[in-house]
Amino acid sequence: MDDARRDTAAQATLAARESYGKLLAILAARTRDVAGAEDALADAFAAALAQWPTGGVPANPVGWLLTVARRSAGHAAARRQTAERGAALVQMLEDERNDPASDGFGDDRLKLMFACTHPAIGADAQAPLMLQTVLGLDAARIAASFLVAPASMGQRLVRAKRRIRDAGIAFAIPEAKDIPERLSAVLSAIYAAYGTAWDDVTGADPRLAGLADEAIWLARLTVQLAPDQPEALGLLALMLHCEARRVARRGPDGAFVPLRDQDVSSWSHDMMVEAEAALRAASRSARPGRFQTEAAIQSLHAQSRMTGERLDGPLVQLYDVLARFAPTTGVLAARAVALAENGEAEAALQQLDAITDAETYQPWWAARARILWLCGQDEAAREAASRAAGLSSDPGIRRFLLAGGYQEGLRR
Amino acid sequence: MHYMLQFRENPDERAKPNDPAQVGAYWGSWQAYIGALAQSGVMVGGNVLRPPETATTLRVENGTRQVVDGPFADTKEQLAGFVILDLPDLDAALEWAARAPCATGGSVEVRPVLPPPGA
Repeated sequence: MDDARRDTAAQATLAARESYGKLLAILAARTRDVAGAEDALADAFAAALAQWPTGGVPANPVGWLLTVARRSAGHAAARRQTAERGAALVQMLEDERNDPASDGFGDDRLKLMFACTHPAIGADAQAPLMLQTVLGLDAARIAASFLVAPASMGQRLVRAKRRIRDAGIAFAIPEAKDIPERLSAVLSAIYAAYGTAWDDVTGADPRLAGLADEAIWLARLTVQLAPDQPEALGLLALMLHCEARRVARRGPDGAFVPLRDQDVSSWSHDMMVEAEAALRAASRSARPGRFQTEAAIQSLHAQSRMTGERLDGPLVQLYDVLARFAPTTGVLAARAVALAENGEAEAALQQLDAITDAETYQPWWAARARILWLCGQDEAAREAASRAAGLSSDPGIRRFLLAGGYQEGLRR
Repeated sequence: MHYMLQFRENPDERAKPNDPAQVGAYWGSWQAYIGALAQSGVMVGGNVLRPPETATTLRVENGTRQVVDGPFADTKEQLAGFVILDLPDLDAALEWAARAPCATGGSVEVRPVLPPPGA
């Protein structure tokens, strides 16, 4: 590949990454046919790779891609000549031509995100579908990120797209009264994507590279498109606080470093400043929620480490609030640990044992190990740590747990 | 549904049990993993194998037994053990596969077990 060609490919890739969701949203908004729009867009990118190296990159690459994709969608419709699908696409072209605002991209991407997280689409398909349609990630990569077989992820995505088309799910911003609930599905999907990347604590898995950045990108986009929603700001703040510590989470030999031992000087100051600003902006609307509370917990952890002051009491209070918003197994287990750190280890153990269906949930066993150590039950703690190690898919965490990692820093 | 998880190790991973600095962590990881499998109630059966150098491969060609030292294929990754698990679906099997210590130092092949005829 010569330099010009490589340069063109790089530009096309950049255009793809930055505008994929926009273009797909515009193309699919009218037909509700995500699969058809993807095909048209793929044709357009292929045409760009063929034509730009010789003809030069057009002044408005995104506009160029949109035009070619529309033409391709039109051709595809004509070729198929199937009344239903073809008519929808022809109608789309007609609408697009008659729509004076169609050159402004507007909120089409947010509409696309809302469509992807419609309650009529299976919860397990929402986050993957959003990653695929808004960011253009392929099914194999998404399957790897969510640890499912590529074929079943492919089927899940195909089914979800078929539902959007057949059930007539609208590409629209929901009515004002429905926004908070529907937005929460969008935010949960983004957080699920980030959580998948976060679990790869060592950064060892190349399949997950960039997924965290992409999730943060989606959160920034959501904040930009829905600036008056405090939970969107809360999610952004939460992910930035976590991301700020990415480098500090592992030692030079790939070992897992828990928060209490992290080198604070290697945290990203910029990200923390941005996180705090987002959290402050969110709190101005005085509408607390799950993500704002989680962000506040991370903010408190950061403050505690920066100042050396133990803030166990306030942490327990925040976890109580969080458990009201989101009583998930993970939150309840984390709340029990916070309670144990605050000197109520026995009560924490009771709380933890009251959680059901945690048999194969690694964080529950890790929490149990820590709490048992705080209770002074060393033998049982070691057993729980071993179980947590056996359920972990990360060698660094496994080593940490088997070496009695959560035994450190006990305040008995 | 039953799935077989075949654990394969690359040469670096296979060297760990012979390295005094790593042998503890190596067996500790496997013990924790197999323990978690057993205690979760999904284990149907399984075994850890002796290293591939101890393998002997036999073929009958034209009525003659051909016996060779070593494993069936001389590849970088070698079978180190296997388990049969009773799980609802492939995604659950993949989740357990990802927890295997050799998932980062080799690979785990997941295969559905063919049910006996009439089952």
